[in-house]
Amino acid sequence: MIKCLEKEKVRVVFCYPGGANLDILEALKNSSIRMVLVRNEQGAAHAASGYARVTGEAGVCLATSGPGATNLVTGIAAAYMDSIPIVAITGQVATAMVGTDAFQEVDITGITDPISKHNYLVSDVNQLARKVTEAFHIAASGRPGPVLVDIPKDVAMAEATVEYVPYDRVELRGYKPNLTGHAGQIKQVANLLEQARKPLICAGGGVLSAQAWDELRKLAEGQEIPVVHTLMGIGAFPMNHPLSFGMLGVYGAAPANLAVQNCDLLLALGMRFDDRVTGTVAHFARSAKIIHIDIDTAEIGKNVTPHIPLVGDLKIVLNQLLGRLQSRRHPEWLAQVQGFRRSPEPVINEKGLSPAHVLKALDDLMLDGLIVATDVGQHQMWAAKRLTYRKPRSFLTSGGLGVMGYGIPAAVGAQIACPGKTVLVITGDGSFQMNMQELGTAREQDLPVKVLLFNNSCLGMVKQLQDHFCRGSYAAVNFTGNPDFQLIGQAYGMETFRAVSREGLEETLAAFMRAPGMALLEAVVDWEENVYPMVLPGAGLETMTGLIDIDSI
Amino acid sequence: MRHTLAVLVENSPGVLSHVAGLFARRGYNIESLVVGETEDRTISRITLVVEGDERVLEQVSKQLNKQVDVIKVNDITEDETVDRQLLLIRVSADQSNRQEILQIVEIFRCRIVDIGRRSLIVEATGDEAKIEAVIKSLRPFGIQELVCTGKVAMVRGSK
Repeated sequence: MIKCLEKEKVRVVFCYPGGANLDILEALKNSSIRMVLVRNEQGAAHAASGYARVTGEAGVCLATSGPGATNLVTGIAAAYMDSIPIVAITGQVATAMVGTDAFQEVDITGITDPISKHNYLVSDVNQLARKVTEAFHIAASGRPGPVLVDIPKDVAMAEATVEYVPYDRVELRGYKPNLTGHAGQIKQVANLLEQARKPLICAGGGVLSAQAWDELRKLAEGQEIPVVHTLMGIGAFPMNHPLSFGMLGVYGAAPANLAVQNCDLLLALGMRFDDRVTGTVAHFARSAKIIHIDIDTAEIGKNVTPHIPLVGDLKIVLNQLLGRLQSRRHPEWLAQVQGFRRSPEPVINEKGLSPAHVLKALDDLMLDGLIVATDVGQHQMWAAKRLTYRKPRSFLTSGGLGVMGYGIPAAVGAQIACPGKTVLVITGDGSFQMNMQELGTAREQDLPVKVLLFNNSCLGMVKQLQDHFCRGSYAAVNFTGNPDFQLIGQAYGMETFRAVSREGLEETLAAFMRAPGMALLEAVVDWEENVYPMVLPGAGLETMTGLIDIDSI
Repeated sequence: MRHTLAVLVENSPGVLSHVAGLFARRGYNIESLVVGETEDRTISRITLVVEGDERVLEQVSKQLNKQVDVIKVNDITEDETVDRQLLLIRVSADQSNRQEILQIVEIFRCRIVDIGRRSLIVEATGDEAKIEAVIKSLRPFGIQELVCTGKVAMVRGSK
């Protein structure tokens, strides 16, 4: 099995040991693959995901049976929701013990059924190599996703001589992703694009999975079409490009949301019309015809019924489409969308230190090749909107599942994949405490991960929801017993910094980012600050709360 | 509307639970389900009857198609099909009404497969309408036990 991993060019496995995976670990130790020992199996799954996001290759994690396997579950679900290729390998109790409630036994294939692209319980050693290569094939092809391989102890110990089939030559009769777009539909899309007066492109995470960013750029520039993106689509199109208008959605940027509500043709690329993207579906892009291009047939018509559906690999489909298009200009529409940039700014805390100030200073450093991994909450939305991402695979976040505790382990995976780049975790005091133990992994592996921690002693995003939906009656959101984060950072051997006001902020930030090893910058911010603008339930995307001058829209 | 789906799947453990799980997750009640091997022993066929909203059903069919161990999904609701269910029914019977029951059995071309002192077991095969009619006709005698399979179906004509 380990030979298969080597042949699949697996360079690193994020692992945690236990009684049921001893044999696999031993084989791994004698291989060319780097073993990274995490602190909790959830960290292994997130690290594999972070690794996969920056490389585009499947990340691999390994856990033991029972609690090891269940600890992976959150990470597998996160990868499933965001279509990230990971192969999760779990040890299992011996075949004869399966089903007897043996020590550390759980039915992990049953548990991960609804949250994995596919899974296997391998009961015959002769099947093992084949199942492992199939797992890599399924995880990385089509719409990517997590695949779990559960290996009973006796199967892992047994020996067999098998023929190796590389994963790109695996044939499965029940699994044949559609890669090429239907020629008739491509023609219809080209016709609609020619007729459109106000076309808009919405780029989702599929652009990154399909590595179709160059094609996207050619399409946008050649047709002069403004581009907005989803949370997962950050980096698909450079945010400093004149045609980029930011993130759409419930917490999206005003220009992006206004562009969506005013366009007459929406070209949705590799996205799934999540409720955080559309707001109230009935109002979404109400004056537009929608073209939905995605590799997954099941996404077509799931949330929004498109006028033209087009199933295929985005890179291939966009190339097919580009071959049919003449260059076009939309000066009036572009002027209108540019006008949306002048829409009011979101409300921020101008008195004290706002995350907006910190992120502005960070953005001014213009760090090329910076990779940002976030946790989940207010800081995630600020990090998504207030930094100018220019490169694909530079923003790692748990979009679909929204799992707090993603940032640090994802950064570990990303830093291992890209040793030469600066990897920055942007987190809050809530999320930080969900998986801060993975700082131990970073330290052990000598990874110079940077952590920017917005400390408001509060679970800010939930507090914000309670502001709006519970009339400001706060329940279970205040942390009155937070630890001293400086000491926590020091305990993990980090260089620590603290910012409490705007004074000296730029210098502190620069010193923090320049630190040669692991570093922590704790920015103490006001707990009352909210993420704005925000679209409240029942409203269309154009109705945004929390802009300075709401009447002028 | 009621739909009949013919689903070809890999004949391996866990596949049925994958398929059934997809329906359960959408809050769908499966009315009937029959699974068995096909002419190719590595492939099983699941015949499912479900009732529900078109949009949701289309979504479930697509999700089914996405499963790695699902080979093909056919909605055969609109097709001309031969469909059959198998019914076993234990009816109360004594000297006084046995003849009458035998007549009914003959009319419906069912079979008596077991005789007890106070009951008979009747076997019937047929489409849904016939099965319902058999049950209705035998009900007045007193049904002690009833078991019925789901529907198996095959599209008419040559392939």
